[in-house]
Amino acid sequence: MFGLEKKDTSLLVIVAILALFAPFILNPFPTESGLAQFNAGYPDLMQRFVIFGIFAIGFNILFGLTGYLSFGHAAFLGVGSYSVVWMYKLLDYNILPGLVLAVITAGIFALLIGFVSLRRSGIYFSILTLAFAQMSFNLAYSVLTPITNGETGLQVYNNDKQILMSAGDPTSPHLFGIVMNKSANLSIAGWDFTFNNGYYFCAVILLIVFYLSIRIFRSPFGMMLRAVKTNQTRMNYTGLNSRPYTLAAFVISGMYAGLAGGLMAAMDPLAGAERMQWTASGEVVLMTILGGVGTLLGPVLGAGFIKYFENIFSKINDNVLHGWFSFLPDGLENLLVGIIHPFVGKGWHLTLGLLFMLVVIFLPGGLMEGGQRIRERFGKKKGGGGGKDAEHHPKEAPHVAE
Amino acid sequence: MSNSNFTRRGVLKTGAIAGGSLAVPTIFTAGSASAFTNEPTGSSVTLGFNVPQTGPYAEEGADELRAYQLAVEHLNGEGDGGMLNTFSSKALKGNGILGKKVEYVTGDTQTKSDAARASAKSMIEKDGAIMITGGSSSGVAVAVQGLCQEAGVIFMAALTHSNDTTGKDKKANGFRHFFNAYMSGAALAPVLKNAYGAERRAYHLTADYTWGWTQQESVQAATEAMGWQTVNNVLTPLATTDFSSYIAPVLNSGADVLVLNHYGGNMVNSLTNAVQFGLRDKMVNGKQFEIVVPLYSELMAKGAGENIKGVYGSMNWNWQLGDEGTKAFVQSFGQKYGFPPSNAAQTSYAQTLLYADAVERAGSFNPCAVVEALEGFEFDGLGNGPTLYRAEDHQCFKDVLVMKGSDNPTSEYDTLEIVEVTPRAQVEYAPDHPMFAGGDLGTCNPGA
Repeated sequence: MFGLEKKDTSLLVIVAILALFAPFILNPFPTESGLAQFNAGYPDLMQRFVIFGIFAIGFNILFGLTGYLSFGHAAFLGVGSYSVVWMYKLLDYNILPGLVLAVITAGIFALLIGFVSLRRSGIYFSILTLAFAQMSFNLAYSVLTPITNGETGLQVYNNDKQILMSAGDPTSPHLFGIVMNKSANLSIAGWDFTFNNGYYFCAVILLIVFYLSIRIFRSPFGMMLRAVKTNQTRMNYTGLNSRPYTLAAFVISGMYAGLAGGLMAAMDPLAGAERMQWTASGEVVLMTILGGVGTLLGPVLGAGFIKYFENIFSKINDNVLHGWFSFLPDGLENLLVGIIHPFVGKGWHLTLGLLFMLVVIFLPGGLMEGGQRIRERFGKKKGGGGGKDAEHHPKEAPHVAE
Repeated sequence: MSNSNFTRRGVLKTGAIAGGSLAVPTIFTAGSASAFTNEPTGSSVTLGFNVPQTGPYAEEGADELRAYQLAVEHLNGEGDGGMLNTFSSKALKGNGILGKKVEYVTGDTQTKSDAARASAKSMIEKDGAIMITGGSSSGVAVAVQGLCQEAGVIFMAALTHSNDTTGKDKKANGFRHFFNAYMSGAALAPVLKNAYGAERRAYHLTADYTWGWTQQESVQAATEAMGWQTVNNVLTPLATTDFSSYIAPVLNSGADVLVLNHYGGNMVNSLTNAVQFGLRDKMVNGKQFEIVVPLYSELMAKGAGENIKGVYGSMNWNWQLGDEGTKAFVQSFGQKYGFPPSNAAQTSYAQTLLYADAVERAGSFNPCAVVEALEGFEFDGLGNGPTLYRAEDHQCFKDVLVMKGSDNPTSEYDTLEIVEVTPRAQVEYAPDHPMFAGGDLGTCNPGA
């Protein structure tokens, strides 16, 4: 289907189904139960999963395929957000013009930054991109305040022009009248499910860009990029100029980041400078590595993983812990709360760090490798141990996920 | 590409799937019958405490959180009641709010607008919070205030000092109890004139972001009005840790006062650098060189240690005040945590009580009713003396404290001493004052 091989088609279909039923999948616990703390099926977090998924997919096109580690992708995220908010301020709350502009401006930025940075490779490339991103951050934070509104962040004010705005138009982001922050609710026997317009809009975009990314991975262009990663020197010796390929990959992934940044502003009409800070660039690197570098689905999983910890674990406070263990005798309850306390609430960074270490040490291929191992074990049982001994005929780990 | 044939059938299928997924959300009708966002229906009501738990202001955030927890205890009738007993409005009875038990959720703003909004959104969308409070940076406060306006819940700002929060970024659903940069300037100027004379030349070092600018603007205007001159204003990047290169030019500028528009760790570093350069031992223009830090906090005083002795600044509140409200609050806070509260804690506590009281007086959790109850509300007994919540910009007007680094501190908690309690009349300004102009309160939004 859609010019994809069978395996890729089924991957796309799986992602589509996951995206469609996310409000159910992410809300496994009844609303009133103590475990509802772990539910992630509310609009804001679902949107974040998808948006950062798009960001990570784009990043993976550069990092996963060419091996160029950019530490400056947050700059494009920020540029995308500012473009969308400016379109709100100048035209109206329709998100479409903003998103188009976001992709274009991010592309132009990526072209400029990539043109300079790609003259070097390896660590020097990383440092150059980091320098550009920090420069953009500082520009946005203080120098270009008239454009970015500095530390406060760009918002839409009541006295903004909004020339396309007419009386009856929605006063929050919308797509031709479909208001992004409107939701429909469904209550079934204690469970509450929220179906949010903005989330489904992001999910459709995710499917489109995921499809695009599969096509890039499977194309001759993708093959060239992988050749760059494997041995760029040899490639140069054969007379091929690899820079146009890397630059194209850089611009494409920059446009993905711009789109993600634009979507962030489309869900929540604000653009802040800290979106461009180096920590945000580092975050997408973590997402990609955590999920599985060079795999199709991995970055999306990694993005979901990190955002889940940031939003769910940071909200578990002592009060909640005491609620969970209240059935235990007092001493034991306090002991348990004392043990768990450093890992939740403000300690969510610690938990995430530990998990990240575990994944990198034991599953160097990221979460995708974990999934693969489980599947292999599962498959072997199913097959009744037939065929060759896997230990002695190790299958080469696929460079790109299946 | 080997297999890139878009067939008519394929395109149709894609279209159908895309269309179907777009149509899904509209199948269910958005049939929530409540009159406003997160209308509490059960026996409890949820408040959202959104404070920085990681990042540069984590200490302030932790103190705010302590105060919030104390406030919830007192609202639910536990503990000794704290400032509920001294509060001039007697609507609260210690049985929760409108008879509903107060529960709370907490979140980490990380002192980043994005993270703060994400955390606030999860409180509103997932936990059903009816009011959000917190923040310890003006950028974050402004961002979350905007979010609450869109979502239709009340935002009670805690630690935010920029003029913009109730100036050009003011919102109908947002309220600020803390004082602002203009008030700091207006309160400090006369004290500085008395201490250092009217013939002074000031040199400003300013943190290069919105709060720094508004404070610098305010202090410059206030000091120039009483005869001072401003020699120079140098903007310093927020991430600066070594200010030596900024301090050296001060010596040759002919200035005799250095104003540090810095907060937190920035201020600790710049003050330490300035003292190391021997600025305070210099005589310039025949006068002793002086340093001024317009906005003080207990944590900054602790961080700067010895260097802060004799340096003037301003504060919203201090635990050493002698009124009944302060005494009651300091006692119950000290009993629970073992040390006196900071001014961040006091503003957080007061904001929670003010919200609860407004709901009680309005008889409804509806944000519009709460806004009406808070606008123009006059009260006393929360530690700041008689206070007014002005209707035009949702800013509290009350006395401002001018502080000085204490010469002989007896413990780590009285490193600052109160020099003067500047009366409210002196720090008041018109709602359309140029430093606050350009904003629009809009109308209250009850959401849903």
